[in-house]
Amino acid sequence: MTLVLEGVRKSFGGVEVLHGIDLEARAGEVVALAGANGAGKSTLINILSGALPRDAGRIVLDGEELALRSPREAQHLGIRTVHQELSLVPDLTVAENVLLGALPARGGFVSWRRAERRARELLERAGFGAIDPRAIAGDLSVARQQMVEIAKALASEPRILILDEPSAVLAGDDLERLFALIADLRAHGVLVLYVSHRLEEVMRIADRVTVLKDGRLVFDAPPAQTSEGEIVRHMAGRRLDEVYPERGRRPGEVLLAAEGVSREGVFEDVSLEVRAGEVVGLFGLVGSGRSELAECLFGAAPISGGRITMEGEPLRLRSPRDAIHAGIALVTEDRKRTGLVLDLSVRDNASLATMGAISHATFIDRRAQTRRVDAAIDDLDVRPRDIERPVWQLSGGNQQKVVLTKWLLARPRVLILDEPTRGVDVASRVDLYRLVDDMTRTEGVGVLMISSDLTEVLGLSDRVLVMHEGAIVADIPGAEATEESVLAHAIGVAA
Amino acid sequence: MSASAVPAETPGGPRRWLTADRGRLINLGFFVAFVALIVVASTTTDAFLTENNATNLLRQSVTTGLLALGMLVVILTGGIDLSVGSIVALTGVMAAGLSADMPIALAMAVAIGVGVVCGAVNGVLIARFRLAPFVVTLAALTTIRGLTYVYSEVPITPTNASFLALGSDRVGFVPVATIIMLVAFAIVWVFLTRTTVGRAIVAIGGNEAAVRLAGISVRRHVILAYVISGFCAGLAGVILASRVGIAQPSVGVAFELNAIAACVIGGARLSGGKGSVIGTLGGVALLTLIDNLLTLYDVQSYWQQVLKGLIIAAVVLARRQEEGR
Repeated sequence: MTLVLEGVRKSFGGVEVLHGIDLEARAGEVVALAGANGAGKSTLINILSGALPRDAGRIVLDGEELALRSPREAQHLGIRTVHQELSLVPDLTVAENVLLGALPARGGFVSWRRAERRARELLERAGFGAIDPRAIAGDLSVARQQMVEIAKALASEPRILILDEPSAVLAGDDLERLFALIADLRAHGVLVLYVSHRLEEVMRIADRVTVLKDGRLVFDAPPAQTSEGEIVRHMAGRRLDEVYPERGRRPGEVLLAAEGVSREGVFEDVSLEVRAGEVVGLFGLVGSGRSELAECLFGAAPISGGRITMEGEPLRLRSPRDAIHAGIALVTEDRKRTGLVLDLSVRDNASLATMGAISHATFIDRRAQTRRVDAAIDDLDVRPRDIERPVWQLSGGNQQKVVLTKWLLARPRVLILDEPTRGVDVASRVDLYRLVDDMTRTEGVGVLMISSDLTEVLGLSDRVLVMHEGAIVADIPGAEATEESVLAHAIGVAA
Repeated sequence: MSASAVPAETPGGPRRWLTADRGRLINLGFFVAFVALIVVASTTTDAFLTENNATNLLRQSVTTGLLALGMLVVILTGGIDLSVGSIVALTGVMAAGLSADMPIALAMAVAIGVGVVCGAVNGVLIARFRLAPFVVTLAALTTIRGLTYVYSEVPITPTNASFLALGSDRVGFVPVATIIMLVAFAIVWVFLTRTTVGRAIVAIGGNEAAVRLAGISVRRHVILAYVISGFCAGLAGVILASRVGIAQPSVGVAFELNAIAACVIGGARLSGGKGSVIGTLGGVALLTLIDNLLTLYDVQSYWQQVLKGLIIAAVVLARRQEEGR
């Protein structure tokens, strides 16, 4: 069996994220796919598993071109994917989940005994015999749920098995058992595509390591012929563009500080400082705890230890309202889910956090509102310049500018940006960078920018903090930080 | 920048514009259908275009109208209030019962206050304890109906004739109750479009997380929405008892469904964040008109129900495309 990808391309909203992927893999091979966040790994996997249609290119299995219009079609061809997001039905038993859609039945009646036996076999084969097929899936730990997912994928005897960052939830012995399973599958002629940014494991189990960088496959070699350092270099890739403003800011006194802050089960003993007029970049891979840290600094989630101060004064953040009161603003990671009310107008969204300031006895002063919002969106160059337009009609970049407008109108002293440029076009990015630069220089706002876009972190930050598995592992002056050094810290391979 | 330049930079823009136009088209369609109904009715039956019938129409719209108005505020937050029919019954019998011992205005005010309390309890259970609105107000529907019968098993006929004034007085051919309802619609319209609290309520239904992160108390606003619904239901109950002249503990069964139907016909989205005061008023007018016409044409009441159901289904079907994104 041979799987061949030729020139596979994919765009979202006019932005191409996969620029023609060529890849060839054979039965009985373990191919690792590495790459930083946003490199296009997930998109590629989703195309292979039928969850996303490709825009161009061919996918050929044993000489036959595949359409891959739906996950169902992919599964019929023997392509199974274990996604990072779990897709179990939480209220059903493990056995039902493993055999979902293929429960053994006689005359329409499910044979529970056979179902449990078959589920147990599959779990044992996968090395997870400790899981009771009769347990309710939702009661299991995330790691065990992941194992059930893997058993579920095995149920249909796949020819191609895609594992998307399994080590994000599996660790220790569980991970070892998964590696044993992968070796077993390889011996039985299954092609395994293993997606991970953890190089150590990639080097161990893969026959070939490929690296995806900015939507291109930039590297492909057997582990024996390469090194972790070389792979990291390929993951990091290109140099800084000229889209970033010059540095040379002069940070003032400390505004926001976290002192030994913990959040149960997510991160522990995190300390950081954001000074007036400073841009602090916080880099970390997905799952490192960066967004959760932002939530705590904004009062959207409680802390279990440590303290947060503003100009040395301890803050008690019970809700975002307290944080806003203290002069903190948070632009969240997912503007559609937590940033915008999509049906409402630019006017409503932009003034959502400052309605009190433009109202008298709860009656909104429409004229003041119009003046403020209109001036702000003009300043940020939101297009079209129409404050009555519902925000769902705006492009991603302009939506993000509306979110920013909302917080700029609150005149924060510390602005936390969580993935501010995700899904934002280049022109809007430049506007955002200019704005951040402006705020720090003219108003002395302190900015904490969380981003998984390494070039952006390096291009904009006066200091770069690196988060790895719930801890801040590095604090590097912006001028000295390099893609290699930051990425190495983030992956946990720094010397 | 001209509007036509927008879709180019908005993924899927042109289609969205079509759906937006479609929404406008549907609203226009309703208006046309409404006018057509009136024209057909006034040309085919002599009974329709009489002052008497007009007064009746306006009067009949009050209960559904007030209930739909409160319901709209709740629906905008993404909730539902199934208890309004029972509140109508409880506040009606209480107003009638209390009017024997105290001034009529005070009796009515107390009864409406009871409606407010019912709404507040609903709101607290939903917002404070994060229970599902459907379940909480379903429980309230039963509880309040039961309390109504506990208060009085039999219909109460107020002895003082001025109890009937609120429901039966008119200015010209327009009932005072209708004027009250229209004023309530105007107030809620201003509330929802011009006040910080109103905008917050609309925004909560659209994206609760974004509202909370903007430093706004979601809990307080949700409670307020149910309080408003309770107030409207109380007002409707008092007016209804006053109009009929007898307060029946059995009145108001399934009124909540008419109210929800009026909101939905008016373009409200049951998951919240979208709905219109003017559309809801249109929905109320349409439902009342249909009832009136079917009665004038002597359609058997069971068939009236069937027809009304089909009309509601058709309207929702027509609006379905708006939700397509």
